[in-house]
Amino acid sequence: MSAPNDVLVTGIGLVSSLGEGLDAHWHAMAETGARPHPAETGKFKPFPVFPMVPLELDKQIPRRADIRQMETWQRLGTYTAGLALDDAGLTGDAERLARMDMVVAAGGGERDLDVDGQILAGLETAAEPASYLNEHLSNDLRPTLFLAQLSNLLAGNISIVHKVTGSSRTFMGEEIAGISAVEVAARRISAGQGELFLVGAAYNAERKDMLLSLAMGRTLWQGEPATVWERGAAAEGGMITGSAGAFLVLESRAHAEARGKSAYAKLSSVLSGRSRRGPGDAAKVARKQFDELSALFGATPPGVLSGANGIAAATAEERALWDALVAEGKVGGIRATQTLIGNAIEAAFPVQVALAALAIARRGFYLPTDGSGIEQPAATPAQILATSWGFWRGEGMALVEAAD
Amino acid sequence: MAMAKTRDHLGRPVVAVTGMGVVSSLGQGIDDNWAALTAGKSGIHRITRFPTLHMRTTIAGTVDFLYPDEVRSPVLSERLAHLAAAEAVEQSGIGAPGDFPGMLFMAVPPVEIEWPARRDFFAGTDPETGDAYDRMIQRVLSLNDPDTYEFALYGCVADRTADHFGTRGAPISLSTACASGASAIQLGVEAIRRGDTDAALVVGTDGSVRIEGLVRFSLLSALSTSNDDPEKASRPFSKDRDGFVMAEGAGALVLEDYDAARARGAKILGVIRGIAEKADDFHRTRSKPDGSPVIAAIQQALDDGGVSTADVDYINAHGTGTPENDKMEAMSLEAVFGEALKGIPISSNKSMIGHTLTAAGAIEAVFSLKTIAEGLIPPTINYHNPDPAIPLDVVPNVARAQPVSMVLSNSFGFGGQNACLLIAAEPA
Repeated sequence: MSAPNDVLVTGIGLVSSLGEGLDAHWHAMAETGARPHPAETGKFKPFPVFPMVPLELDKQIPRRADIRQMETWQRLGTYTAGLALDDAGLTGDAERLARMDMVVAAGGGERDLDVDGQILAGLETAAEPASYLNEHLSNDLRPTLFLAQLSNLLAGNISIVHKVTGSSRTFMGEEIAGISAVEVAARRISAGQGELFLVGAAYNAERKDMLLSLAMGRTLWQGEPATVWERGAAAEGGMITGSAGAFLVLESRAHAEARGKSAYAKLSSVLSGRSRRGPGDAAKVARKQFDELSALFGATPPGVLSGANGIAAATAEERALWDALVAEGKVGGIRATQTLIGNAIEAAFPVQVALAALAIARRGFYLPTDGSGIEQPAATPAQILATSWGFWRGEGMALVEAAD
Repeated sequence: MAMAKTRDHLGRPVVAVTGMGVVSSLGQGIDDNWAALTAGKSGIHRITRFPTLHMRTTIAGTVDFLYPDEVRSPVLSERLAHLAAAEAVEQSGIGAPGDFPGMLFMAVPPVEIEWPARRDFFAGTDPETGDAYDRMIQRVLSLNDPDTYEFALYGCVADRTADHFGTRGAPISLSTACASGASAIQLGVEAIRRGDTDAALVVGTDGSVRIEGLVRFSLLSALSTSNDDPEKASRPFSKDRDGFVMAEGAGALVLEDYDAARARGAKILGVIRGIAEKADDFHRTRSKPDGSPVIAAIQQALDDGGVSTADVDYINAHGTGTPENDKMEAMSLEAVFGEALKGIPISSNKSMIGHTLTAAGAIEAVFSLKTIAEGLIPPTINYHNPDPAIPLDVVPNVARAQPVSMVLSNSFGFGGQNACLLIAAEPA
């Protein structure tokens, strides 16, 4: 059942605390089931963070001047976008890059923490605090810092460095931004509103300004890392954020075939949803998504890459949903990827789709990483559901399967 | 008998506008805004929201009539959006209160914790805890302030707006810098064209004039420093233009499948005939010197709408009043329209309302539709010193009565964002 407007994943760029590239992720998640490098538990106390592995940025961002103009999340994203374009065989393909459309999910606002700290300290003793603030913001902020903070400047940097210059759109809004980015690109390809897309996001977890925002909502796990399901079962639970970049090249089947490019997988459907997160709300949205996608299921039940994040209420709700569907024999193995990768917020869903496509392409599945019973050894699934529930709001689900 | 389906030149559903709303420094609602805009009135004034000592720019087009005291940016952005959207939804007569039968596409400014909150978090913390952020983190862990938390999330304003209007599905929060409003309209048009939804609520909002934002644009030398006479500071296309003036506001449109709108008896205010976008890879803040991305965006908008340059009878310019933008915009328009450009009126709403940043594309789309409806073209005010390098008919200083049936509306932003809309009268 193939159609010329099928949405194929023909390129993947993936970097995280588990390593750079698909082999590194496959090794950690399908072959050892363990983190190759320790979590960072000191620098951001009381919060653990999964830090990015060292990257040789100049391999994808050759000009020093470009690297200097970016903050870390932009560098991660621009680097990962380059990996995806390489992987899809598009690097340097000026004609195709010039009409390639881009949808990026981004937060932004990476701040100069030293300047903030100095100003906050100075304000305490300043005779005229308002005047002091104005003077020091004007004098102490780097003039180009703003450009490293603007949400759409990750996309802007990708255009500059990699020459992707069709349309350029940036979605904001934490996890749902990543869900919508993949969804809109896929819907546009299906409807013939474009045939070649670069979609993805990057998240730098190693920044205290972001941890401050997340701490306000009491969303973060404290102390030693634990699995997603363990965290979700403990008092308030909490998420562990992880640095990651994930970019996908999505392409219509007709476009991929015309240039002789094979695909990792087919992205059969992407659904976004929302709820106000009253008790049971998110599970209701997810169940509706599941029912809608089940029309596309094959003979064996799909495997599940859960985007559960460890915050107690939502994680318990999602677990109950999967437990019920397992009992009904409607889904295969369940794996919560944030146990090893952490929550990469805007990049969380692109990471999920990348991992699903990788498992389909390698005809395998990931190892259980939790002993509480939900993650059981499982047969290789022919189809994979990738989910993401936002730490605040937003629920998404994708169905990924073999391209042919 | 089944009704014939209306299709455009590429066989796609036609996208109608059935409602619109606007708030700017000129006032709340279409009527007040239109009266002021066509009277050539400026909404730019001295900033009173926060002290401007040490600032090179002390003027803006802030919306000060909604809250007497300074509120957090996303609180104001949300309020502006709700007012504009409520006006649009009411005019369209679609759905029921709190039950909008379609998707929400929203251009919203990026958010972050602001200085007043940061100071609150820092006050009274123990230096022994660590650096300033360690101290604030310790503090907020014990604060439990869900309101401050939610308004520091990027998705908050759109999600609360979705709650309020009862739109369908997950809302999209969009940021393409100063092209955001136009990009949001494009997303809505695309969704209707592909049949994902019969209706879309599209909003661009920006209530983010705060001290650090002002400093940021100022450090990039983007802002006018003509502080002495605020109403005369925004001078698009003038030889002595010296930067843009930051401003606030919101614009909202109800977009609908043309046939669905007709079927429910809605009044059609116009159609979004063509949309286009082309990214620039030259520089983070500057356009490619040959103008090729802007030229491509304009040309693609015409192609998407299936019209020629001769069909365009008014251009609603991006026209920020920065030396570079206006020159680039004029040059690119000339490349597409040729000599005929001199005969097409082109004006900048920003001469009066300033640059409403994230909201600009949506607000200017509303004004473009109003221009078509009224046959009255808003002027470019403060035009007393023409730039000989930009020999355009900028509708100087005074509104002009002239029938208009097709408008090209331009929006450009940092990060190589170039978006163009072709807005037309209802198809005969």
